[in-house]
Amino acid sequence: MALLNFLKPKNQLEEGGRTAAPVQQDAGEPEKKCPNCHKDIPISRLAANNLVCSCGYHFRMKARQRLHMIADKGTFCELYADMKSGNPLDFSGYSEKLESVRKISDEEEAVICGIAKIGKQKCCIFVMESTFMMGSMGSVVGEKITLLFEYATEHHLPVVGFTVSGGARMQEGLLSLMQMAKTSAAVKRHSDAGLLYIAMLTDPTTGGVTASFAMEADIILAEPSATIGFAGARVIEQTTKKALPKGFQTSEFVMEHGFIDGIYHRNNQKKLLTILLRMHNGGKGNESSTL
Amino acid sequence: MNQVPYDRVKIARDSSRPTGVDYIKNIFKGFIELHGDRRFSDDPAIVGGLAVLNGIPATVIAIEKGHTAKERAARNFGAPGPEGYRKALRLMKQAEKFGRPIICFVDTSGANCGIGAEERGQGQAIAENLMEMTTLCVPIISILIGEGGSGGALALAVADRVWMLQNAVYSVISPEGCASILWKDSAKAETAAASLKLTAEDAKSFGVIEKIISENDIGTVDFYDRIRALLLEEIAELSVDPDLINKRYDRFRRIGVDAIKHQAEVL
Repeated sequence: MALLNFLKPKNQLEEGGRTAAPVQQDAGEPEKKCPNCHKDIPISRLAANNLVCSCGYHFRMKARQRLHMIADKGTFCELYADMKSGNPLDFSGYSEKLESVRKISDEEEAVICGIAKIGKQKCCIFVMESTFMMGSMGSVVGEKITLLFEYATEHHLPVVGFTVSGGARMQEGLLSLMQMAKTSAAVKRHSDAGLLYIAMLTDPTTGGVTASFAMEADIILAEPSATIGFAGARVIEQTTKKALPKGFQTSEFVMEHGFIDGIYHRNNQKKLLTILLRMHNGGKGNESSTL
Repeated sequence: MNQVPYDRVKIARDSSRPTGVDYIKNIFKGFIELHGDRRFSDDPAIVGGLAVLNGIPATVIAIEKGHTAKERAARNFGAPGPEGYRKALRLMKQAEKFGRPIICFVDTSGANCGIGAEERGQGQAIAENLMEMTTLCVPIISILIGEGGSGGALALAVADRVWMLQNAVYSVISPEGCASILWKDSAKAETAAASLKLTAEDAKSFGVIEKIISENDIGTVDFYDRIRALLLEEIAELSVDPDLINKRYDRFRRIGVDAIKHQAEVL
């Protein structure tokens, strides 16, 4: 799409679109090693560039940071924040695990839902949290996503969702599996109401989340080099005893095979979402849109 | 019977158990197989087509594992790829067009785990089935006859009624997979099987299934007659339900809600 050419990822730090002034490097500043270019990058420089290295490597980002990056300042209003997982199967160690990840992640669950404005356009938004049991979907994640789509359907709002997930949460057994059907049903109602759903898949999006709401959006986008797939690469290698092709299950691989619409550098995502929402009249169907 | 849940897993996997095609042949008459997904290929792990249930034309879809080693290899061990799920969806949409009920027999350790399956969108294929099945306007009944392995099983089980054979299992992950992830030891599968609550009784207690079908006479004429009678009774009821789709939505909508605590209660 020629119109969107200017949004193509540019790997230089300065050309990303949302960069702060260059930060002076101070000798004592903490650094992080980039797993791609192996350079040590000052944390402040990474933070100023939405956690993207100058080589283009996208570090994982906390859900609240992402909301800060995507939502217009001061517009995010969180929904369903009071929900916590119980231990419905009395699964050994799960309650303790939940307690510890609540501390590690500083979140109550693996998804944050709410209403926000992106480029002055109101939408429902969900962002998954990788530090909470790798964004796995149990009853709470399924319920919050479902409630959000139901809210969006009722209020004629588009949904923008950022996925990151290892899949269904084992410790809630069948109840987790059923959340795939439950969320899919809510996405379908939202879609049948003529409303827009945009998914941005981030590293990693796998298993039961790939096999449900991540792959059900009208427009499916991804961050560069994110792992996107259904079965785990290690499991596939062990099962098939075959070497995996180069770049297997990366965003680029999945796009080449026709399953996502585009790959966008983090610094360009807000601009793109703004344009997409505008082209769909703020995501509302059945009304004529004027750009 | 001093059974542990893992014994059920072993029974569910037993190659001498009736497989999908056995159910189709013994419950229905005049099965006509319809092949292919019209996209890429025909998945041997899923068998589907038209059949007659006491005079009623129906669409039947079964995951087929095969009995002998040769059959099992030819059926890809009952692990459907994206083509299988797309074939199933094609047949389900056809059923909707012609107003036929849909009956699925589910028996898989999981969706195909392979390079080609990923290249052709295993996740997308399952997701599409889940989404589309929620609004098909004909009755759907799914019966888990052996293994109900995760998303690969659910992709044929977004139904108005889901039943399980007494020794069938239904789980988010295989006990071996769970043990290997949690305890780095697939030998702890027995413990995992107990933790995962994967038996028919468990599934019923969670509201995931409506009915458990006794296996005392499994494979006999009486057994298949009994299932046929259950299907006829249920289809008669579902066929005249004007609120079918909303009820299907609510059936899945409520699952897991009881597992959630609200902050106010916790404090």
